[in-house]
Amino acid sequence: MKRSGVIWSWFWMILGILYFFLPLVATFLFSLHAKRGVLSFLAYQQLFTDNDFIKGFSFSVLWGVLTIIVGILIFVPTAYWVRLRVPQFRTAVEFVTLLPFVIPAIVFVFGLVRTFSHPPILIVNSPVLLIAGYTVLSMPYMYRAVDTGLRSIDVRTLTEAAQSLGASWGTILFRVILPNIRVAILSGAFLSFAIVMGEYILAQYLAKPAFAPFLAYLIQQKAYEPAAATVVSFALTWACMGIIQFVGRGGPQVQIAGGH
Amino acid sequence: MPFFLFAFMFLIYPSSTIAIRSFQDTKTKLFTLDNFVHLLQNPNLINAYWISIKISLFTSLGGGIFGFFLAYSAIRGGLPPFMRTSLMTFCGVASNFAGVPLAFAFIALLSPSGVLTGWLRAIGYNPYFHGFQLYTFWGLSIVYMYFQFPLMVLVIVPAIDGLRREWLEAAENLGASSFQYWRFVALPVLLPSILGTMILLFGNSFGAFATAQALTGGQINLVTIMVGDQLRGDVLGDAGLGYALALGMVVVMAVAICLYTVLQRQSERWLR
Repeated sequence: MKRSGVIWSWFWMILGILYFFLPLVATFLFSLHAKRGVLSFLAYQQLFTDNDFIKGFSFSVLWGVLTIIVGILIFVPTAYWVRLRVPQFRTAVEFVTLLPFVIPAIVFVFGLVRTFSHPPILIVNSPVLLIAGYTVLSMPYMYRAVDTGLRSIDVRTLTEAAQSLGASWGTILFRVILPNIRVAILSGAFLSFAIVMGEYILAQYLAKPAFAPFLAYLIQQKAYEPAAATVVSFALTWACMGIIQFVGRGGPQVQIAGGH
Repeated sequence: MPFFLFAFMFLIYPSSTIAIRSFQDTKTKLFTLDNFVHLLQNPNLINAYWISIKISLFTSLGGGIFGFFLAYSAIRGGLPPFMRTSLMTFCGVASNFAGVPLAFAFIALLSPSGVLTGWLRAIGYNPYFHGFQLYTFWGLSIVYMYFQFPLMVLVIVPAIDGLRREWLEAAENLGASSFQYWRFVALPVLLPSILGTMILLFGNSFGAFATAQALTGGQINLVTIMVGDQLRGDVLGDAGLGYALALGMVVVMAVAICLYTVLQRQSERWLR
């Protein structure tokens, strides 16, 4: 590589680093200015004692955990079944799991609200719809993570071994298969968690307490607390990605998501 | 199978509701194309599509080119190897850090009272005296770029890894200049992946809603914002038109994904 090439490489990298860090540094600096004239963590204090923040944040955590549980309950058996018994459905299932990429989230939520706000199925106010929506939004990532996990183990041999020892289907799925793909599931789970924590549209339009709608509201009300909340949210994203990288060492791991 | 039941109930059924209702007359429930005719006759809605497409094209091109340079610099640019790992980590975080918090991060940076604006003012350049507005096309593009170029890096890295060093050496041995190497070897191999990924970026920003909503408070005329308004209440005064508007987005996305699949097949020939 020629010398000028290396200089250009550094140029692009530095530009990238600036683009990446400037908004975060700005937000952080901003969050320290709550007390006039001095740097302080006052904004964080106010944020953490704000009941709406605690409510939105803890509900988001709750939704995230429920979404992961529902996702595991639905996608692990499906991916397992497709792999073992009905590989001819593979294309159909993969097509369905990728649909959320084709249908923009706002259109999807539009459909959900309009479909379930009329009889015969009026569940627009029930958290069931919210969790189902989150599960759909995280489906491409969760399903793919589970499927990648299954690809790396010998599903057939494990199943036959378990069967010959007299295990039931439930035992096979949750005590044999699940522990063997726990790394893949964990990375899918933390990605889903990051998605749910940042998700705005669904919670906003289904009128449920959550972190992102709270932050959007806070931006319009105050100056320094949203900065603190943004820093918190960024740290959370970073933690989720860090855990994914940590548990997924060595495996294929590029994961892309986001509720923009 | 519970999966198909679930997918049908919460994904396919609601989506098809939109599709069906966009072909229905609101009152009589009869089949009609009127909704689409009205859509095409409404300059405001056409304009919303146009701005959405423009901003997506712009940020997918810009983010794509920038992301490609970054990825290439980190992999083949002669930088220390740890740069590559850190770049991938950063990009994983940045492509997931979007929506409302992202909007606020840029408000803190570039709004009239933002930190960077303050620094620029201190050196005698106020961007707001030069027509800059965070809440308009350019401002939104800068913000979207934040999740666009990391996605480009993440997706394009395997393609650049597939570019064999032997090819560069062979070209150099045959006396090719670096321009010739790029023009006749590297670009033809990489182009399908680059274009394909840019289409992915296009879709990524075309469907973006939360960032724009939080940043502009719904002031900018994007299709997603329009659909969001329609969701809050029938602001168009014509429910059928709202469904047609939403279906139109799905059509744009479907076209983009089809193009992506075609290009993906092309690029797989080289990357094994």
